[in-house]
Amino acid sequence: MWSFSSYPERVAAVCDSGGEITYGELDSFADTIRDAVPPRRLVFCLCSNTLGSLAGYTAFRSNRMVPLLLSSELNQALLDQLIQRYRPAYLWAPRESQRGYPVRLSQFGYELLETRLMPPPLHDELALLLTTSGSTGSPNLVRLSYDNLEANTASIVEYLGVTDRERPITTLPMEYSYGLSIINSHLEAGATLLLTTNGLMQKEFWTFFKERRATSFGGVPYTYEMLARLRFSGMTLPSLKTMTQAGGKLSADLQRQFAQLAQATGRRFFVMYGQTEATARISYLPPERLLDKCGSIGIAIPGGELSVADADGELVYRGRNVALGYAVSAGDLIKGSENGGVLATGDIGRRDADGYFYISGRKKRFIKIFGNRVNLDEVERLIQGAFPDLGVACAGSDDHMAIFLTGNHEAGEVKRFISEKTGLNPAAFAVTLVPAIPRNDAGKTLYAQLEAVPCGR
Amino acid sequence: MTTNLDKYAQAFVESFDVDPAVLPTCSYRSIAVWDSIGHMGLMANLEEKFGITLETEDIIDFSSFEKGKEILRKYSVEL
Repeated sequence: MWSFSSYPERVAAVCDSGGEITYGELDSFADTIRDAVPPRRLVFCLCSNTLGSLAGYTAFRSNRMVPLLLSSELNQALLDQLIQRYRPAYLWAPRESQRGYPVRLSQFGYELLETRLMPPPLHDELALLLTTSGSTGSPNLVRLSYDNLEANTASIVEYLGVTDRERPITTLPMEYSYGLSIINSHLEAGATLLLTTNGLMQKEFWTFFKERRATSFGGVPYTYEMLARLRFSGMTLPSLKTMTQAGGKLSADLQRQFAQLAQATGRRFFVMYGQTEATARISYLPPERLLDKCGSIGIAIPGGELSVADADGELVYRGRNVALGYAVSAGDLIKGSENGGVLATGDIGRRDADGYFYISGRKKRFIKIFGNRVNLDEVERLIQGAFPDLGVACAGSDDHMAIFLTGNHEAGEVKRFISEKTGLNPAAFAVTLVPAIPRNDAGKTLYAQLEAVPCGR
Repeated sequence: MTTNLDKYAQAFVESFDVDPAVLPTCSYRSIAVWDSIGHMGLMANLEEKFGITLETEDIIDFSSFEKGKEILRKYSVEL
């Protein structure tokens, strides 16, 4: 667990509205929470990159409460389903979010709401729950232990060389395992987080970046596409020292572009690979190998071990950061480790002569959209459920889902529906109308035939 | 005849799938689709429609339908 008390005067976080909080204040808020609620209770944290969200998260963890991190923008229907399924004792939500529960206490713009539901029993090792993807409405959670968090955090601090002089600016949601890993590793090092709810495409973001001299940020492939679009290479950002990338494969072109820029500006650029099922990080490419190992996910993080399964080429990871397992209902929260420290990643890959790993494909039918894992079969089922008269098939590549539909004029409607359900920008979905969905005799969709159809918008 | 203002509004309708009537009050994040991803699509669409290349400063300053008109005027687009 954290040792905030060894650097109480240090500023843990600054937010873009000017407020800040020290490590000592995070500790005293943990005391406030300790006096107000019993430990070992499930609490839903409705996250945003703000002081309230951060203070709640650290206080719950310090008191051995078990937070499930969700987006504060998660739609009410999905939140209600999760509440019914997991029965949290409390919600930590932005003030005045009108959730209809009595307020237990209120601080930093957030409030602790008491649900009075019968709380589920929790396994002793269970520390934290995260969702498996952005939100396709899937109630599947990843169960993380205290040991998972400690191991992955220590490993990240080590290979990135995180010190208390760092000031990372938030570019990713806190409830997203990658975004959270940046927060955890920098709190561990006693650094100062720069919290902003503004994004890369907003002037306020860059003003805050420059005024508070951000030293690092992380991004998914889409983040780097946006930076390229903003002509990042022409921006003057002397405080910036480190950039990290994960959440999907960056195109070779962008990887080279950012690697060369990093070299020219004396910055470090880390290409990394990971999964929520491994707490966050699995491997990283040391910056000095960026250009000669372009396209590689690098080597296992300190303390971890990566290998290629003989049978099918699947990448298998072993380490203390491999999650306990999944949860699909409240009854699963009492379970201990089901993975035994071994994670079959679902990615197919190879290892080169120097020991660097490369991903060549995926075992399962999912793609990454803006860094979020989206299961294609699940999306098909969602659409089919809402539009039972249509033939549906989903395919595509990262950031570009191709939805094939039979029918005449539901294209716009389906696109709106699926964007709303997944919370992903409709730009990620291209709908193509086809006369029929090609299937074999057993009724299985022939995706290869669909991929030959020219895509519409 | 299609005016520049029509073309300008059309870029929003195409990018965000919104009713043209709500455009005058549209700003960044006032509608779900106008997030950073939607913004990137809108900028590309405007550049293509008007044959211009927007500067970084203008891309991040483009915070609303009204503000955008001001910005495009800098690129000699009469609105």
